[in-house]
Amino acid sequence: MSIVAIPLIGAGLAFLAVSALGLFRLPDLYTRGHAVAKSETLGLLLIFGGLFFHPALTPDAAVRLLFVLAFAMIANPTAVHALLRAARRSGQRPWHAKEGDV
Amino acid sequence: MTGGYPSEVVRVVCTVLSPFIAVFGLYVIAHGHYGPGGGFAGGVIVAVGAILPRMTLAEDLAYRAIPSITGPLAGGIGMLLFILCGVAPMLAGGAFLDYEALAIAGMEAARARYLGILAVEIAVGLAVFGALVLIYDVLAGRTD
Repeated sequence: MSIVAIPLIGAGLAFLAVSALGLFRLPDLYTRGHAVAKSETLGLLLIFGGLFFHPALTPDAAVRLLFVLAFAMIANPTAVHALLRAARRSGQRPWHAKEGDV
Repeated sequence: MTGGYPSEVVRVVCTVLSPFIAVFGLYVIAHGHYGPGGGFAGGVIVAVGAILPRMTLAEDLAYRAIPSITGPLAGGIGMLLFILCGVAPMLAGGAFLDYEALAIAGMEAARARYLGILAVEIAVGLAVFGALVLIYDVLAGRTD
């Protein structure tokens, strides 16, 4: 059981760490949103995938986990989409873009 | 507030998710007397389920699903229920919200408290739901 769970959770943590690093180090709003929306969702997916193999997991907790995972996978990219769309429409320019580019 | 949100992704996702958010809020309310949660948190989550369509869908559509009378109605009923739950033990000779004093036949004191707390949680949840929907409607200028 834990031979599957631990690598999955470790990989998920690595993706979340990369996501946090990207949030701090990437240059502008769009690239940061890119880091958060994708790798954070994948990290969550991997961590929950690992938790499903955890020996202490009861069936009703598994159903709850499944719901949380489905909600996070839908809501997280949508929230970032709405945020970046609003930024684009309010005139925020991407990194290195010149006046007439966008 | 200006009608439908321009992004189709946001519109569809909010439409699909808002009933689930509302059901989760009901779960939090019903869960409140023996776990994390309760009337306040659950009421807020149910209200989000009602406010999300108002922010993202076309205005007439959202207000047809949950009309603006819902806010004052739910808030008033919730407040009334809370006061009734609180005052009923006082009429039976106990303190405010002291359900044990009700002495319902064939029901032990712990059970009466359990059900009483559940009833108060539901009342608080209704009041919070109504208040938040009313606040949103006042801010959006749709109190008709």
